[in-house]
Formats: sequence, C-alpha cells, structure tokens
Amino acid sequence: MTGTANDPVDVLIIGGGASGAAVAWSLADTRMRILCLEQGDWVKPTEFPTTGRDWEARQYGDFSVSPNRRGLPEDYPINEDESPIKIANFNGVGGGTILYAGHFPRLHPSDFRVRSLDGVADDWPISYETLEPYYAQNDEMTGVAGLEGDPAYPPKSVQMPPLPLGRTGAMLGGAMNTLGWHWWPSDAAINTQTYDDRAPCINLGHCLHGCAQGAKSSTDGSYWPKAIRARVELRTRCRVRRIETDSDRMATGAHYVDPDGVERFQPAAIVIVACNGVGTPRLLLNSASEQFPEGLANSSGLVGKNLMFHPYGQIRGYFDRKLDAYRGPRIGAWSMEFYETDASRGFVRGYCYQFSRGLGPVSTATAGMADGLIPWGEGHHAGFRRLFEHSAGMVSICEDLPEEINRVTLDPQLTDSDGIPAPKITYRLGENSQKMLDHSIARATEILKTAGAREITVKSPMPSAGWHLLGTARMGLDPQRSVVNDWGRSHDVRNLFIVDGSVFVTAGGVNPTSTIQAIALYVADQIKARLHNLFD
Amino acid sequence: MTKVTASAFDDVQRETLRAIAAAMIPPCRESGLPGADDPAIIGDILASAGRDTAALVGVLDALHSAAGGNLDALRSAEHGSVLATFRAENPALAGVLELVIAQCYYRDDRVLLIIGMEPRPPFPKGYEIEEGDWSLLDPVRARGKIYRDADDGRAS
Ligand SMILES: Cc1cc2nc3c(=O)[nH]c(=O)nc-3n(C[C@H](O)[C@H](O)[C@H](O)COP(=O)(O)OP(=O)(O)OC[C@H]3O[C@@H](n4cnc5c(N)ncnc54)[C@H](O)[C@@H]3O)c2cc1C
Repeated sequence: MTGTANDPVDVLIIGGGASGAAVAWSLADTRMRILCLEQGDWVKPTEFPTTGRDWEARQYGDFSVSPNRRGLPEDYPINEDESPIKIANFNGVGGGTILYAGHFPRLHPSDFRVRSLDGVADDWPISYETLEPYYAQNDEMTGVAGLEGDPAYPPKSVQMPPLPLGRTGAMLGGAMNTLGWHWWPSDAAINTQTYDDRAPCINLGHCLHGCAQGAKSSTDGSYWPKAIRARVELRTRCRVRRIETDSDRMATGAHYVDPDGVERFQPAAIVIVACNGVGTPRLLLNSASEQFPEGLANSSGLVGKNLMFHPYGQIRGYFDRKLDAYRGPRIGAWSMEFYETDASRGFVRGYCYQFSRGLGPVSTATAGMADGLIPWGEGHHAGFRRLFEHSAGMVSICEDLPEEINRVTLDPQLTDSDGIPAPKITYRLGENSQKMLDHSIARATEILKTAGAREITVKSPMPSAGWHLLGTARMGLDPQRSVVNDWGRSHDVRNLFIVDGSVFVTAGGVNPTSTIQAIALYVADQIKARLHNLFD
Repeated sequence: MTKVTASAFDDVQRETLRAIAAAMIPPCRESGLPGADDPAIIGDILASAGRDTAALVGVLDALHSAAGGNLDALRSAEHGSVLATFRAENPALAGVLELVIAQCYYRDDRVLLIIGMEPRPPFPKGYEIEEGDWSLLDPVRARGKIYRDADDGRAS
C-alpha cells in the first residue's frame, strides 16, 4: 500500500469543505506549498435540481442530503442502523455547504463555559472573545445577510440587509410578539444583494439541494476561488486512505487513491484534517499503526466518541391564509427565547428555533399523505388544496450534551468503493436532549396555535437531520480528556491539526458552520504565528 | 439526470401500478385534474422511479399478491380495502408509492396549471416574496439583551 510518491508539500489539507477551504485560504499568505485532497469533485450549478422541471424529485436523487441514498462514487457508506438520527452530508468541493440551508448563527458567549455556568459537560479552552475576530473575518469572506442589533447576541455586523420576512415571517413574528418571545431575522449565508461578484437570491426556495443562482455562499464559490488564485492546489476525486507517521511520532503525509484508482503517497510537513465529525474520526481510526494501535492521535481513547448532533424537532402548522410556500429561502428568522439555561424547565442548556417557509407541491403531497392529512382516493384533491401554500413552521435545534456512548467507530464489514473501512454510528438520545426536544415541541405548538394554525404536525427527533456532526475529536488542555489542544494541534502528533466540527467541546444549540469556519481561521492564524516553533 | 427505469417493470407490475395510482389520486371532473393513472403520468412514473425502482417493484409484487392477482381489488383505497390495510401495516413502503406517484403527478403541466403554478423550473426566473415590515421587531428591541455573559452567567 505504499503507492507512487508525489513531490512533498509543506501543508496537506484533507477535505475541501467548509473548514478545509477556510484554512487553505488563510494559510495561503504564508507562501507555503499547500495542497488539499478532496474525495469529491466540483459541482456544476447547472446540474442543481432547480434548473429542471423535476426539481422536487431530484432532492431524492444525486442531491439527496443522505450519502447512503445518493450512493455516488465519492460518497462513503455509513452504517447508521444504531441511530435514530441519520447522517446528512455532501462530499465534494464545498462539502456540506453545497447543501446547507445557509442559516449562519454564531455560538453564544455562554456556550464556551458550559461546565462553569451549568455544571455539565466541559468548558472550551477558548472563548467567544477568542473567536470573535475570526467570526467577523469569516462573515466577510462568506457574505452574511442579517439585521444588526439582535438582543440575543453581543454586537456584531453583517454585510447585507436581511432576507425578506415574507408572509411566513410576518405571521410567525406577529405570534412571537403576542407571546412576548424573542425572534429576529436570521443571519444567513445568502446574498440579498450582489456580494463578492455573486448574484443576489431570487427565491428559488430549494437551498438544501444546491443553489443554481449561486446566491447561497458555499465554499466552492467563496473561499476556494481566492485560495486557488493564491496558489493553493486543490486535487479533486482523491480519497485519503490513511495518514502515515514516522518513528518520531510525526505525520509524514497521507496515502490516497487518485482519480484513476492509483494508490499514491503524498509527503507533507504539516497535515490538517478537515473531513467533518464523521469523516475525521473515520480517517484517524483507519490510520492505526504499530505506534498508534488505537488509531492516530487517540491516546485519550476519545477519537470518535462524544458524537453530538443537534436533535431537531420539526413542527409544521397549516393555516387558512396563503403563505410563501415553495418560494424564498427555507430560512428567514430565528428565536433564541429558550436558548439560555433556565432550571425551571427541567433540563439544562437550550435550543433555538429556525422558522421555515412552506413546501413545493410534491413535498406537500407526500408530507400530507404521511401525516394522514391528505387521504388516498376521493378526498385527495380537497386535502391537497387545504395544505398547499398554507403551511409554515419551524425546527428546534437542540443542544446535545457530549456522551462517550454516542460515537463513530469503524464498521467491521462495510467499506467504500476503494475498500476503505466505513464508519458506523452508535447514537441514542440523552435524557436532557429528550426533555429539551419535548419542551421545544410544546412551545412551538403554542406559537403555531397563536399564529392561527388549524392543524399541527410534529417529527421528533427529525430522522433525516444528522447534518451537524460534532465533538468526535474534541479540543482541550488535558491530553487525557481531549484529542487536540486549544489551537487545534493533536496532543499526540505534533504536526497534525484538526479544524472541522470534530473539535467542538460542546454543541451549543445553533447551526455550527460559522463556528467551524471561525475555528479553522483561528487555527490557521495560530499556525502562522508559531511557524518558527510549531512542532515544539 | 434521472436514469430511465421503465424497462425494470413487467406488464403485471405496470397494470398494478396503474390501478394503485388511480386509487391514490383519482381524476377530478370538477377541476379538470387528471388521475395519476393518466398514461403520460404513468409513463413518467415508470421512467423515473430512480433509486426507488427496486423498492417499487417489491411493493407492486407484494400488493398484486395481496390482492390475489385481482387488480380490481386494488382500485379502491377505502377503509378495509387491500390498499388501506397495506398502508396501515407498511407505512414506509406506502411512502415509496406516495413518493414515486406524487413526484410525477405534481410536475405534470395540466396539474400545475390547475393548482396555480407556472409549469417551469424555479431557475432562472425565480419568485417574488414580500419584504415585510421590520417595525414588527420593535417589541423585541424594547425588551433588550437576553444573552448570558460568559463570566458570571447573568443576563442583564
Ligand atoms: C442538508 C444540510 C443542511 C445544512 N444546513 C446548515 C445550516 O443551515 N447552517 C449550518 O451552519 N450548517 C448546516 N449544515 C451543516 C454544514 O454543512 C456543516 O456543518 C459543514 O459543512 C461542516 O464543515 P466541515 O468542514 O466540518 O465538513 P464538510 O463541509 O462536510 O467537509 C468535509 C469534506 O471532506 C471530504 N472528505 C471526507 N473524508 C475524506 C477523505 N478520506 N479523503 C478526502 N476527502 C475527504 C468530504 O468529501 C467533504 O467535502 C447543513 C448540512 C447539510 C447536509
């Protein structure tokens, strides 16, 4: 398995998604030779579902959020039989940002001090203040639409005016005002004006399956073009099999399979892993060797453990009035009313709501039939008319606590198309998460009733919502209790860094990508600042 | 693009699908909506079952045998019918039928025009939505800060 050796590089980045792109761009100004290996390819916006009449059907095809459903050569299978929440990702240049909704909240200051404030889990070794400049830098690179002055956050700026409220936002915002509860236009990685040469949103409404307009900021259009102009090399359709180490316990590079199926070895002085909260532990575990028998960088035994999703509740109401339906970004406004711990609720930590607009006709029909609101037979058309263009709702994004039994391991049988062992997910909802989900469903029901919903449907936990993959190579000061240190370097291997969602200590109760990218930029700056003694 | 899958189905499976589609979404004389057993729609369903082809073949065979080979028994979704029993006992498989049928029915030009949609892809024309009135946020602003400081944990 040695393979053909390539010319050495200074920095090898594995994974070209949200964090891989950010770290590549930031390191480019060092003039080091930087190479990124990405197992997927560039996506062509002309192939995104909204360019075709079959746009809704194609959300279940090549642009499905589920890698197991897509089953494309660049996808690796995932055994998720032992998890009620199934993995969603995208493997290609841009990674998950190709499919993400672009909901772009930051963590809150209190999220970094969970143990001190609430007596559970652990504090992060870094703070909101540490990341604040990197959040701002990432917002600039991404282009964030929003409204300044949200009382749920310390002051922060945005690049563009917020997404339109639409009929949905106005109706749900009105209900929140009646209840006296917080809501605010979401920070969105979606252009509301031309930004960085990318066109504004035209309300295609199908953000979760790729934005044909290019208005949603995915890293193939934001970071990558700039990184490549600054001479970073991005090699696509190259899947890394394992990271190699030498007798000094230093990484020497990585073995990968090139687009022609040829095994190659890429020597590198620094290796940065950015494969996400499932792909990264999979790669580290697959890199076990005589020196690292339990997997690379795993002396703590924590690689793959403490997997956190955000368990999602999905609550949808049907109203007499006509709403936005399939038009407009899926997101628009959030609520942080139940974000901070309130012991009287019976659980610690909290959740946010992400309000959602309605559905296209196919999704209206399938959801309506599954929920028993649209019958088969004579009543079908009347049932459909009652629901179509009349729905709105929200998802609750609940903070999961780190628990070692929730984990990523290697499946003993399953492999990808290159024969590389595939990951297995073992996950169950903790008691705190379950109570939080229940609370979020009850409060959401109140909101929808206040807004005038005549029917309400609930999915809890939402099975398809395993899209936030966190905690499986956590950051910390104690090498026995964490995998990387407070600046992203592995405790065990002094030239190995991790920059993706794996390093989260706790999950917070918001979508993670702005934080993942802020961490990647922060780690890049740490590398730059310490270049003279990086491996000490 | 979706792989064409029509050849995966034999004649019995096609007829079984036609019966089920009519039972699920019958025509509506009042509005002029076709049934899902309309020849063009059935052709589309068979051609574009995609990743659901194998599951669909399995469901059609299972229903055909549940009906004892009698297609008339599959033309009704009324309570107590073969279809209603199958739906109640196999919600995931019923979901496959609902998906493959609805995804073609609700992209047929005639259907879209009647339900009030332009028969076109969303891109490049896009859609309009209302901007909204931002003064709705005045009460939220008036309430003031709600986040906790990280040092002492108090929301001030
Ligand atoms: C449908 C969906 C909706 C989402 N919505 C939101 C949202 O609204 N807001 C939000 O904040 N987040 C959202 N997310 C999550 C977001 O996409 C992720 O948090 C983010 O992309 C994670 O960044 P990452 O760098 O950790 O990993 P990724 O972006 O997943 O990138 C990892 C990359 O590594 C590559 N890779 C993995 N293994 C290997 C290997 N062995 N060799 C070579 N390459 C490899 C993969 O192909 C992939 O491109 C959503 C995700 C999905 C799927």
